[in-house]
Amino acid sequence: METEFTPISALIGGVLIGAAAVLLMWSQGRILGVSGIVGRLLPPASAPDRGWRLAFLGGCLAAPAIYALATGTLPDIALPAGLPVVIVAGLVVGIGTTLGNGCTSGHGVCGLGRMSGRSLAATATFMLTAVATVFVVRHVLGS
Amino acid sequence: MLKLAISALAGLLFGLGLIISMMVNPAKVLAFLDVAGAWDPSLAFVMGGALAVTMAGYAWVLRQPHPWLADRFDLPARRDLDLRLLGGAALFGLGWGLAGFCPGPAVVATVLKPEAALPFVAAMLVGMIVARGLPRLRAAS
Repeated sequence: METEFTPISALIGGVLIGAAAVLLMWSQGRILGVSGIVGRLLPPASAPDRGWRLAFLGGCLAAPAIYALATGTLPDIALPAGLPVVIVAGLVVGIGTTLGNGCTSGHGVCGLGRMSGRSLAATATFMLTAVATVFVVRHVLGS
Repeated sequence: MLKLAISALAGLLFGLGLIISMMVNPAKVLAFLDVAGAWDPSLAFVMGGALAVTMAGYAWVLRQPHPWLADRFDLPARRDLDLRLLGGAALFGLGWGLAGFCPGPAVVATVLKPEAALPFVAAMLVGMIVARGLPRLRAAS
């Protein structure tokens, strides 16, 4: 599936993501890592500090409505993979981000943003396996 | 209360950033990861913009004695690389490449397109619970 190159909106969106990460660190000293924010709400041993995690996720879930109010439109999104693949992908993302202590936001934005060597290694690793996975699915298996 | 309001504001900014940049669209994420196909480099600009702001912002914030509303910065202390970190990251990349969803965009997409994102998020939560339980299983055996 081809998509249009949109550098300006990508850059604006990226700046907002960075602003959110800085706001959370400046106000309460927290890393904006979605897998950690979600994961530590879950059993076993869910974290005692649920409030800010739930508030953050509430803000995320409100974003589409605010976007629609401001622009009068909602973006159309497409999920090319079929349901069984999506479920396997979700499981693997849940396990991988828990073992690896982070995802695109925690390692890729916040970790690199504070020049963490662990986050650099993690980001390089998941970028590489993601690119390799897409290559195999699209150009080797040819779906 | 103020802490909660600011956390919600951070979530809102983050979610808007994911929508405006179209990180929420798996088709666009996969087009970015498909370097050998019809490559769409847009998401490099998302990463670049986010990283530039975070680096500059953190450089100032982390020089402060403590956060505005908390006693200390809650930062990971570990510096060593281990198999758990790299293996976990490798698995995460595999799942990201299969569906085009990573955790943040998937959460936002549950509102935009529930039929696409809810199965992914449900499976992700199961994966997280299983992986969080692993150390206990090992301790019990």
